[in-house]
Amino acid sequence: MLRIENIHKSYPMGKSKLHALKGVSLTVNDGEFMSIMGSSGSGKSTLLNILGLLDSFDQGLYYLDNLVIQNLTETRAAFYRNKYFGFVFQSFNLISFKNAMENIALPLYYQGVSRKKRNAIALEYLERMGLREWANHLPSELSGGQKQRVAIARALVTQPKVILADEPTGALDSQTSLEVMELLKEVNREGITVIIVTHEHDISQMTNRIVRLRDGMIIEDIAVEKKDTICLT
Amino acid sequence: MFDLDTWQEIFSTIRKNKLRSILTAFSVAWGIFMLIILLGAGQGLQNGVKANFEADAVNTIWISAGQTTMEYKGLKPGRFLRFTNRDYYETDIQNKHDIDQLAANINVYNKNISYGKESVNYRVVGTFPALEAVELPNVTEGRFINKFDIERQRKIALISSKIQKELSKNEENLLGKWIKIDNISFKIIGIYEEANDRENNKVYIPFTTAQQSFGLINRVDFISMTLTNLTIQETIKFENKLKKQFASRHNFNVEDKRAIFINNNLKNYEQILLLFAGITGFIWLIGIGTIIAGIVGVSNIMIIVVRERTKEFGIRKAIGATPWSIISQLLLESIFLTTIAGYIGLVLGVGVLEIISKYMPKSDFFLNPEANIEIAIVATLLLIVSGALAGLVPARRAARIQPVEALKEE
Repeated sequence: MLRIENIHKSYPMGKSKLHALKGVSLTVNDGEFMSIMGSSGSGKSTLLNILGLLDSFDQGLYYLDNLVIQNLTETRAAFYRNKYFGFVFQSFNLISFKNAMENIALPLYYQGVSRKKRNAIALEYLERMGLREWANHLPSELSGGQKQRVAIARALVTQPKVILADEPTGALDSQTSLEVMELLKEVNREGITVIIVTHEHDISQMTNRIVRLRDGMIIEDIAVEKKDTICLT
Repeated sequence: MFDLDTWQEIFSTIRKNKLRSILTAFSVAWGIFMLIILLGAGQGLQNGVKANFEADAVNTIWISAGQTTMEYKGLKPGRFLRFTNRDYYETDIQNKHDIDQLAANINVYNKNISYGKESVNYRVVGTFPALEAVELPNVTEGRFINKFDIERQRKIALISSKIQKELSKNEENLLGKWIKIDNISFKIIGIYEEANDRENNKVYIPFTTAQQSFGLINRVDFISMTLTNLTIQETIKFENKLKKQFASRHNFNVEDKRAIFINNNLKNYEQILLLFAGITGFIWLIGIGTIIAGIVGVSNIMIIVVRERTKEFGIRKAIGATPWSIISQLLLESIFLTTIAGYIGLVLGVGVLEIISKYMPKSDFFLNPEANIEIAIVATLLLIVSGALAGLVPARRAARIQPVEALKEE
């Protein structure tokens, strides 16, 4: 479903260049639940952003659903992002002046869904997240866990093929982190591919596949042994 | 692009960013408001002074006697000159070609005018029928002095409606009634009313009657005339010719600036028109300055808005917003705000001008302030377009950068 070959990406850092990805190749199949691990600066977020078409790459090949992704116009990229991906960020990235329901409904606005219909759909998702009564609250009135659940609902509302989560638990306490991970797992059970970037071992252990990056290169790509229950502490 | 949803999105954004919206709206509304007030004030000034001038015929010349300041043919300076009937007749004969209407006048100040028990003091002007063409008194009832009044030295008078009111406490119409000027009875044959209140403080009687009744035989205080169609250059030439005629008649140096005074109304009028060109230019300068300040204000706010919202745009792009949807949303927001604000400024400005022209006490120099609405609308459009353009450049940049960059912004 997602396939990249020999991707290079560098950022200008003043006069020198930061080589963030040094020839990364990766294939992600439909319905996978995987995590990308690495310390900060390993290039894991860059990889996720490239996969999600939020960032461009310098060199290499990217096949998205057998489409070659190359020299995309922003308009085209917006279309693909809306169709294929749902994003979950560490800092939630909710729009501060829109309430929970409006935030969730926003991707549907860009799909041209009518206001009534998209608000109804957004409410359904809020219900699913257990946040029905928080529909009219602004993000500033929600707790971190609630915000992340709203963000996940927003990512899901377009029924994407892939959820890309960049440190989704990075700003949450362990109990809330667990809840969020359970939610993502449930999402994955419905057949949606979930890719999580994290540096936390516990979090990555909950996924089925771990790709480990160091200095812009994949150093490990392993399947996690299946456990039926998750041991806490 | 213009569907209901887009507007709902815009309304909710504006509603939820009140301070920013109000600041933008205020700078636009203020710019337009000031422009309207300025244009209105300029127009009011112009209307006022023009009305003042139009009270008299434009192509008039007034001559009065002064005191010599230069020695001439053995005559010492400091001589007071006096005009006589001869000045009137000779001016008439020598300038038949240039003069249309000619009047000799006597000015008698502080004459006691009474009717029944009421009495007031006013200036009495002894004059010719020709003065009607020169001063354009607005005779509301009866008539002005005619040539038979002059020939027969009739004891008749014109008073202003203001004087009439002062003379008859019970609002009696004095037309045809007899009043007394210095205990001499005059019949009122006309009532006049001037827009300029200072012009309402005199009583007109026939020139010959004035000379005879007040013992001022042969005296002339000033001569006034209207000219046949002459251009400004021609009137100046004619002015000099008149001066020479008076100089030879009264033996003074033509160069003497204070021997006689010639007031050329057309020259004044042209000067006032020139002054107005200056004032209008100045108002335009300030107006354009105000608009530029408004444009800079709106542009600044738009640039700040875009910078402030870069992250929001990043989020929107991550969830599927196209660059165009972001640009168009921003532009529509800006255009909508500036249009509403510009309209508010327009209405407020016009409203204030209306109130001013309604409640301001009458003045000689200010009348009917009104703004040129077309100019105001053009100015509003200019603000709208420039606000949009100012937003367009940063909006395009914000829409173009990679979402990941936009998301990094705080």
